[in-house]
Amino acid sequence: MTHFLEVRDLTMRFGGLVAVDRLSFTVEHGTIHGLIGPNGAGKTTTFNMISGFYKPTEGAVLLRGEDISGLKMHEVARRGVVRTFQHSTLFAELTVLENALVGTHMPFRPNIFAAIVGWDKEDRRGAQARAMEALEFFNLDGLAQEIAGDLSHGHQRALGMAVAFASHPDVILLDEPFTGMNPEETRQMMGLMRRLRDDGITILIVEHDMQAIMGLCDTITCMSFGKFLAEGGPREIRNHPAVIEAYLGGARHVA
Amino acid sequence: MPKYIVWMVLLVALLLLPHGLSFSQQEILVFLTINVLVVASYRLLTLTGEWSLGHVVIMGVGAYASALFSKKLGIYVPVTMLLGGITAALVAVILSFPLFRMKGFYFLIGSFAASEIIRLLWKRFRDPFGGAKGIKGIDPMPDFSIGIYDFDFFEPVSYYYFSGFIVAICLWILWRIEKSPVGLTFHAVHWQDKLAEASGVNLRAYRTLAFAIASGFAGIAGALLAHYIGTINPNSFDVEVMVFVLTWAIVGGTATFYGPILGCIVLTVLNEIVLRELGFEQMRPLIYGAVMILSILFLPNGLESLVQKFSQRRADGLAPNKASKGAAE
Repeated sequence: MTHFLEVRDLTMRFGGLVAVDRLSFTVEHGTIHGLIGPNGAGKTTTFNMISGFYKPTEGAVLLRGEDISGLKMHEVARRGVVRTFQHSTLFAELTVLENALVGTHMPFRPNIFAAIVGWDKEDRRGAQARAMEALEFFNLDGLAQEIAGDLSHGHQRALGMAVAFASHPDVILLDEPFTGMNPEETRQMMGLMRRLRDDGITILIVEHDMQAIMGLCDTITCMSFGKFLAEGGPREIRNHPAVIEAYLGGARHVA
Repeated sequence: MPKYIVWMVLLVALLLLPHGLSFSQQEILVFLTINVLVVASYRLLTLTGEWSLGHVVIMGVGAYASALFSKKLGIYVPVTMLLGGITAALVAVILSFPLFRMKGFYFLIGSFAASEIIRLLWKRFRDPFGGAKGIKGIDPMPDFSIGIYDFDFFEPVSYYYFSGFIVAICLWILWRIEKSPVGLTFHAVHWQDKLAEASGVNLRAYRTLAFAIASGFAGIAGALLAHYIGTINPNSFDVEVMVFVLTWAIVGGTATFYGPILGCIVLTVLNEIVLRELGFEQMRPLIYGAVMILSILFLPNGLESLVQKFSQRRADGLAPNKASKGAAE
């Protein structure tokens, strides 16, 4: 049986350092999957390999059975796997709406000749509608004309997800989406992610915030020092002795 | 409606302008018209965040190509101008393979090296490029008549009207591109290339597209120049000219469409008319350099920031359409 998204024996070496060592796990369609681990465990490296930012040294990333490892980031994106970035990576100089419009690049591919002659009115309207839809989903529609760099931190994070959502992805890869959010913002964001999942979008999260991860994810993969450590539901992971040891080196509670 | 009136006034002013000028000033006006297209096309490249030092040589590619097409193959001159632009765009696409392995400062240096290679090829090969002496006796635009006006291309006024028409069309196309989703994607590539790529934007393709379009219009500008002065040589397109283009773009500012055009017009008027009339002939490069340094120090956002400030104040107070007229000029 082919899995929706499968990581198979993924290995990344930077010179002599093995950042990720023969990591394998699968992500099922329509789930929220968490990828956790202590600092330096190789979570972000794994994430970068799936999204096409890095080319893995060995191993493969399979999307619906197709090998997408080593493809460029835009080629991975065109297959439906869209990522967000750590921190507030946005087009800070453009307006909120323009940010979302860049996100609609894939469903409404710009055509330069149509644009000069003016035959792309339909597409422009469609892109506009899709961008507004994405902004409404993240409650940003009231800020559409603001400059993205002027938004508050929480709004910037939401806009980063709106840009990804605007492209009609099958999988969204979220790189530490809760960093720097207050508990209220985190709670709202978790609600939005559940709604995304219910829309049929698969989500893979790399995150430090254990509270959020435990409350949100259907399945969690834990890694440590580049290696697979444990996998299971939140409860299993919370009580897994190897995970507790990796995080604390002792007996205290993970969350 | 008032917007149309502004454009009509501008059109009439531009049509009447050469009749109030001396013969040599009319010639300068033709060069100015062509240079406006050069800086405006340069701005399209800067939209993706890349600054090239090869733009003037690419313009020369258009000039050489158009001259050779008309001279060797006997193609009708206005058609060769278009072919010159297409040739320049194709050369840019070929250059993009080595050049777009680099970004930022490295691209700048790489583009300079690549353009020097092209320039030295012109010098080296007497056939067909004419070596260091270049190409002489390039066919002029054939005269024609449109009923109300007879184009006689030995008159700068006629060539001014002709090139003004071509440049206006090119500027319109450049404007349409910038205001389209393609233009937005150029901005996206500039400000956050990784995020743009994650949204499915093919970075290489868009950088190449901007480079090719900018080069194509520079090539048309070069062709306009070649058929006007009738002789071109490798030194007409050396890095000194590129410094002028850079100065226009920087002094004018590149944040808006009209910024570089404004810089080009203001500095040309300052350079050719004011300084020449005042008799500062020898000191012109010095003053030009000083103007550039001063504008970087005191107007870091270029002349366009003055226009924006001015139009803001007008919009707050008096009639709003007068400010946009100031911007258009």
